[in-house]
Amino acid sequence: MRDRAELVIIGGGVLGLSLAYHLARMGLGDIVVIEQGYLCFGASGRNGGGVRQQWSTEDHIRLARRSVAIYRRLAAETGFNIWFRQGGYLFLSRDAVAAATLERNVKLQNSLGLRTRLLSPAQARRLVDGLDTSGVELCAYNPDDGVLFPWPVVWGLARVATSLGVEINTFCRATAIDVQGGRIVKVVTDRGAVATSRVVNAAGGWSSQVARLAGVELPNRPYRHEILVSEPLKPFLEPMVCDLADGTYFSQTMRGEICGGLSDPLEHSSLNTSSSLRFLSRMSASLLRLLPRLGGVKILRQWAGYYDETPDGNPVLGRTPGVEGFIQLNGFGGHGFMLAPAVGQIMAEWLLRRVREPLVERYGLERFSSGQLQRETLVIG
Amino acid sequence: MGKVIVCRCEDVTLEDLRQAFAAGHRDLESLKRFTGLSTGFCQGKCCAAHAGRFLAELRGGDDMVCDPTRTRPLLHPTPAACFAAIASGEAPDQEDA
Repeated sequence: MRDRAELVIIGGGVLGLSLAYHLARMGLGDIVVIEQGYLCFGASGRNGGGVRQQWSTEDHIRLARRSVAIYRRLAAETGFNIWFRQGGYLFLSRDAVAAATLERNVKLQNSLGLRTRLLSPAQARRLVDGLDTSGVELCAYNPDDGVLFPWPVVWGLARVATSLGVEINTFCRATAIDVQGGRIVKVVTDRGAVATSRVVNAAGGWSSQVARLAGVELPNRPYRHEILVSEPLKPFLEPMVCDLADGTYFSQTMRGEICGGLSDPLEHSSLNTSSSLRFLSRMSASLLRLLPRLGGVKILRQWAGYYDETPDGNPVLGRTPGVEGFIQLNGFGGHGFMLAPAVGQIMAEWLLRRVREPLVERYGLERFSSGQLQRETLVIG
Repeated sequence: MGKVIVCRCEDVTLEDLRQAFAAGHRDLESLKRFTGLSTGFCQGKCCAAHAGRFLAELRGGDDMVCDPTRTRPLLHPTPAACFAAIASGEAPDQEDA
């Protein structure tokens, strides 16, 4: 392991690797990445691969649009097939309040160039064969949203970054961040120390723990999120289906599996990735309520990952007050994969060119003490 | 020796394992994800032990101990209707199960 680097990134998930990838391609390859497990160990290897542009804030819509554009060319850029399929996202609302939210979001999305449109329940049934829309008020559909296979994205970013000089250390845990006179000087790991003046905290569910190594308290908290896959079926389901009433979402992967999860209001913050019968039964019931003909389809496997959640549903980016050189890149909840390509690129430009970046300023850690919060309302699962 | 299939569900061969190992996937969790090994109908019950042995051989020397992949539910593929019935409090339909 190298003993010094321009930059150390803690966390080898999609955000840390997207940053490393973009920095290396811009000419800064002197980076050490520290990953506590294997690549895909954290949420980047445990999510459902949904990539949507239907959001409720302008920032998220713009970041997601830019990310989709990058995903469309990422297979060619990295040499890994990421199985990106733009089958759309279909949102279902079941009451007047949720329907009004969809109407407002679609207007905002259209004004920013998305092809989202409102659908009646009957139109939604034509889109998804066998969909039970009883109780559904209104739907929103964007044909350009999609699903991908997360693992090859992670491997592809890692392979290109490595070829451009980035050192990725798996099964390596950061044990201390040495701060002297308010500046970062060193990261200590269980495999040796790296002298550096800049450290990026891209640790996802572990970001609060990593911040504490430098004496910094983040408002982020990890929440378990469970998910399951079925046996593979012949392709029949084009869009990802999301029910706003209970946060159920499911799609069909390129392997043919039905993959999905749902919100659990009883889940409390923890670092626990065990699987529960509660989830398995609630998810099965919700799936069959929407697609009753899947009753005989066998569930193959269930697992869990973390949402790294912040109080306003927005990420934490950029500088840390009081610790020079400590950079935050975390708090993406359940949508890090959807935004990582664009955010990695923007953060790389910000770090290299040292220009003012409104997005990084807007989502800085200070906002939680200054009270300038703009809440993202379209959080699923 | 001809083509040796390690994982019958996902059609993963010994050569696939060798190539994944050469590409840097040197633990069973990574090997599983990179090749698709153990992710099919049997969920690793038929192949995980064999794959672990091949991985140990590829590692060689003093590095032959490898952890198994984390065991995940379900024990056996089971129709969604059985679990939906638990949530709604109804008895599962035995015919479908």
